[in-house]
Amino acid sequence: MCNVCGCGQGETRIEGKPDVTATAHAHPLGHRHGHDHDHIHDHDHAHGDAHEHDHAHTHLQDVQLAQHAAQGHAHEHAHGTRADDLHYGRGAAHAHAPGLSQARMLRIEQDILASNNAHATDNRRWLEAHGVFAVNLVSSPGSGKTTLLVRTIEALRDALRIAVIEGDQQTTHDADRIRATGTRALQINTGKGCHLDAAMLGHALEHLHPEDDSLLLIENVGNLVCPASFDLGEAHKVVVLSVTEGEDKPLKYPDMFHAADLMLLNKIDLLPHVHFDVEQCVACAHQVKPGLQVLQVSAQSGAGMEAWLDWLRRGVSGAREQRRHAIDTLQQRIAELEIQLAAKA
Amino acid sequence: MHEMALAEGVLGIIESAQRAQHFHAVRVVRLEIGELAGVEVAALLSCLDIALRRSVAHAARIECATAPGRGWCMDCARSVSIATLYASCPHCGGAQVQATDGLQMRVQDLMVE
Repeated sequence: MCNVCGCGQGETRIEGKPDVTATAHAHPLGHRHGHDHDHIHDHDHAHGDAHEHDHAHTHLQDVQLAQHAAQGHAHEHAHGTRADDLHYGRGAAHAHAPGLSQARMLRIEQDILASNNAHATDNRRWLEAHGVFAVNLVSSPGSGKTTLLVRTIEALRDALRIAVIEGDQQTTHDADRIRATGTRALQINTGKGCHLDAAMLGHALEHLHPEDDSLLLIENVGNLVCPASFDLGEAHKVVVLSVTEGEDKPLKYPDMFHAADLMLLNKIDLLPHVHFDVEQCVACAHQVKPGLQVLQVSAQSGAGMEAWLDWLRRGVSGAREQRRHAIDTLQQRIAELEIQLAAKA
Repeated sequence: MHEMALAEGVLGIIESAQRAQHFHAVRVVRLEIGELAGVEVAALLSCLDIALRRSVAHAARIECATAPGRGWCMDCARSVSIATLYASCPHCGGAQVQATDGLQMRVQDLMVE
């Protein structure tokens, strides 16, 4: 378990059951699972890189090697190395004898979250192929995300197909609230984990299997810090901030506001009762992310909700159009190939 | 924040490199963490200490380089140096600065044997 934030491993549960798919390997959606995937790739050595290689001169000392190269002998491996690099065959102690250590530098240049990002790419591909518009709602606990979702679903369920994925450390309370509206919902319990990650969303997609051309609302774990770094494969992160919180929250938790494409300022019906400077809050948000779109809403009273609903409708029709366009392009290609085939037959 | 998840990411990268390159020990792990990446380096190092404990990199030295934060000031129309995501432009004092560099968190290379 994490000694910093308490993240736990192996504690993820989907609807109260251990997430068995986390260790399985055959999946209909083609998601990646577990931690295994190779990203080390072959690459050409730039000069200055250390690398191992087999050649006929394994016992040359540095000077000999340099002379060898300088004399114009064909030797495609005589690259220069940086002073701090170690070279196989020219190890830390110029050790060549069998059994002595041979250190070498491996160039990796990989994002630490490469594994998560690969899962996110798979998710995004699947969502786009099915025309699903996925929105990842992030906020601190208590900003009113679940009420916002319930009201959003009530307003849109006659016009759109909707599914919901709920992320919480424990309980199925939120998914139960969503299911009470008649909408399909799946609860992911992260155990002690402080965020949803892309592999969890991949498993959830397999369980829930959202319908084509639908809206998928993902309610992340209430946490204004960790979910910012984890791409799930969603179309947009939407950060929800309520007026009962401080207006300077975007400055205190900049990563989340930087990662979001839309900010919902919720509970505006409470503005007459709290000291909250909307203008200052928006200015703080724009200081972190210039141009961040901000919508002021109250899920409770319904004020401002129409703009949010419109934003979602546009997203859903955009995803549907994109899918149609992809299908049309493929069908056109099939038609062209059939013409070519007919010409040869 | 989520430094344990990041430490596990580093472990995953090392394990995957080991499968491809067949080494038996990692001596040095070199990381590059952007100034704006929201990573607490001390916490990450402490998590790596735990995450790498039973791995091929259990004795590795962790070298962590910081990549400076850069942003594009929309008012000045030039690249400026920033230390936080909410920093104002050091030249004009304006708040319209979009972060462009310093958000990365990468494993740069491994010294292995």
